[in-house]
Amino acid sequence: MRSPRLSSINRSEKSLFPYLFSLLFLSAFLDSWWRAGVRPSAFFEKEGREHLWKFLSGMFPPDLSWNFLSLMFHPALETIQISVMGTFIAVVMGFPLGILGTRTFSVGGVLNEADVKGSLSRLVLRWTSYCMARGILSLFRSIPEFVWAFMFVRAVGLGAFSGVLAIGVAYGGMLGKVYSEIFEGVNYRPLEALQSTGANKLQIFFYGWLPQVLPNFVSYTLYRWECAVRASAILGLVGAGGLGTQIEISMRMFNFSEVLTILIILFFMVAGVDYLSAKVRAIL
Amino acid sequence: MNGINPEVERPHIPWPSHEPGGRPSLWTYSLLASLLFLFAWSYQGSEIRLSELFSREGGGQIVSYIKKLFPPDFSPPVLREAFHGAIETFAISFIGTLLALAIALSVVFFASRNLIYSGLLYEMEPRQGWKRTLRLIPYLCAKSLLNLLRTIPEMVWALIFVFLVGLGPFPGVLALGVHTGGVLGKLFGEVLEDVDPQPIESLQSTGANRLQILFYAILPQVLPQFISYTLYRWEVNIRVAAVLGFVGAGGLGQRIYIAINLFFGNQLLTLILFIYVLVTLVDYLSAYLRRKVI
Amino acid sequence: MNQYRLEKVTKVFDHRLVAVDEIDLRVQSGERAALIGPSGAGKTTLFRMLNCTLRPTAGKLWINGDEVVTLHGKRLRQVRRKIGTIYQQHNLVPRLKVAHNVLAGNLGQWSTVRSLISLVRPVDLEMAYRALRQVGIEEKIFTRTDELSGGQQQRVAIARVLIQDPEVILADEPVSSVDPSLATVIVKLLLEISERTRKTLLMNLHSVDLALAYFPRVIGIKNGKALFDLSPDKVSDSLLEELYSGHLPDNHENGLTDEESKALVYQ
Repeated sequence: MRSPRLSSINRSEKSLFPYLFSLLFLSAFLDSWWRAGVRPSAFFEKEGREHLWKFLSGMFPPDLSWNFLSLMFHPALETIQISVMGTFIAVVMGFPLGILGTRTFSVGGVLNEADVKGSLSRLVLRWTSYCMARGILSLFRSIPEFVWAFMFVRAVGLGAFSGVLAIGVAYGGMLGKVYSEIFEGVNYRPLEALQSTGANKLQIFFYGWLPQVLPNFVSYTLYRWECAVRASAILGLVGAGGLGTQIEISMRMFNFSEVLTILIILFFMVAGVDYLSAKVRAIL
Repeated sequence: MNGINPEVERPHIPWPSHEPGGRPSLWTYSLLASLLFLFAWSYQGSEIRLSELFSREGGGQIVSYIKKLFPPDFSPPVLREAFHGAIETFAISFIGTLLALAIALSVVFFASRNLIYSGLLYEMEPRQGWKRTLRLIPYLCAKSLLNLLRTIPEMVWALIFVFLVGLGPFPGVLALGVHTGGVLGKLFGEVLEDVDPQPIESLQSTGANRLQILFYAILPQVLPQFISYTLYRWEVNIRVAAVLGFVGAGGLGQRIYIAINLFFGNQLLTLILFIYVLVTLVDYLSAYLRRKVI
Repeated sequence: MNQYRLEKVTKVFDHRLVAVDEIDLRVQSGERAALIGPSGAGKTTLFRMLNCTLRPTAGKLWINGDEVVTLHGKRLRQVRRKIGTIYQQHNLVPRLKVAHNVLAGNLGQWSTVRSLISLVRPVDLEMAYRALRQVGIEEKIFTRTDELSGGQQQRVAIARVLIQDPEVILADEPVSSVDPSLATVIVKLLLEISERTRKTLLMNLHSVDLALAYFPRVIGIKNGKALFDLSPDKVSDSLLEELYSGHLPDNHENGLTDEESKALVYQ
């Protein structure tokens, strides 16, 4: 590689990119501002202030009556259950699809070179499974879990089951994509060494690939579980079980003290899950 | 013929102290047991009917429901509504994320331990109890505020704002902005706390005051990371913005709500397709911009 | 029948880097040979073709009568099982315990299910222990591999090859990252194993002294070509000079630096 000539260093590259970008950004900003109907004055108008006052005064004190709290006990537990099962299904789906969707596992890199060269049928097979895996993951994660939830509610009825399926599918897509990114960032030399003993792909995967990335893998999965707890709480808004159902009811009845109680419960649930996952992460 | 020399006596294998005789310790067993229990309890409670899922009834229901959605409705009025919904959703996510950035930036500098009361910038301060406590107050307030903002899910914020300012895309913007502001605030805070102390120390030794150090040493380090996180959150927000309309906050969500309640399955599929395309577009855009930043 | 037969074997990376250039080679079963030459000469690439990790770009390579390009899937793995490789570095998976890394030598003959079970509860631990005892570090059997020194890790890699029990041992600069005192020990250990069990041994060596002292056949590789293939008494000083001359790190004919070449080779 030759060293660059002096003159080419002095001449700075006048790229158009920053100007183009700022122009696009500004026009997008102005159009969006208008389109989204942004009115900061809404809070200062009479109606806005009235509503704000009604809201704040209605919230305190939170409804801590035994009646209400015992009513919330079961939905709260249900939310956790949905999050656990949903995350579990998400891992069951995302893990194999993520592996197949890793380029260096399916079609490229040192693990596939010898196997695939000189055999067109194998190459095509590998590429097909790779593209299909990526396509399915992309589909699953680009449709928000909310949309999945009400589709499942229409399909299998109200209740926690739809919530579990919705989270399983949507989070499965997310987990799978991130898993393949994690898998691609590995040191391939020990994998080559394992391959030289005659191991098959799955053996190489479990002996060399997964052990290298285990902390990242578990860490991200736990993080997704935390998100799942919050998502499970919300899915109830479409009837998929958990606290969400009650939030909707209380809001519609303008019973803000109940809403505040539910939010406090949610806060403690998330904090608990946060604490648990931090403990598990520390072990690794 | 094996390369290993045959031994006469049985070798004495040095098992690690916490696994005598090669059996997992009691602690491992109890951990496994509690995980299994958590799993079984959740299975039972979430009313999963896996057998039903694979049977003709359950799985069949899902398949027949999906079949009913095809083909997607591509008639001009529907397409126009979907298109407007998509652009509105984009607008909501765009302004919402920017609002979040603004909120996060205003609060995070108070919510970072090393900027407010401890660490390098304060090494030379006399350890006067009450002054230190005084500085703790804005820190605690900022941290709690961020916590509050991010614990309340966007949907709930949307419900609240719909109540406060009425229906339409505006409450969606606010809900996104406020919740994501909390999330970004926490992420930014972590970045600030991990900042490289070297430039700070060298600038401090020249006699610069704290504000100058902030602008010359800290911000240049953290700004690319901040922007990267914001772009990443935008990917999340576009999905949220698409569904906030369900509670009345505009965008595609609102149209989906109508389509469901009126049982317009084909329209629903069209809207879902639009969501898919919109989300994929924003994902690519965000990834592209993130590469440019880093 | 030759164990290895190479006819004009060539390997080109990315249409730019000719790592191996029309090498002809024949190796009999049970032979011991050392390959020497400057770094970047193509010795490692040659080995990676010999153990079926890479395919030649041109030329033919036969292993025990099978042409390598015809091997796929299960047949390919069976052939790989018969070849044990020791790399210069990164032989082992860092976060696994030594026991698992050693037992990985069995992967070629274990079913997938059995190998997964072994990760939870090691199968045939005694054999691993004996293999480690043979290389002198049996007390480290439950240590995490990344806590060992470079020399210890090389010995674990040798133990793994012992467990694998192949017909051929390829050692790619096994002692370059190791203390000189330990280097001789390791080279002699591998030679002893090869003699006792009649396994073919091919070793890439940086140290010309070790090659000439212990191997009955020395092959010199330069710029991807085999410069000479002789017994050590016939390797003259002038030959050695020719082998190692003209080697400058950042000035190759193809316009690539050493760094760039390495990146191409290791993708």
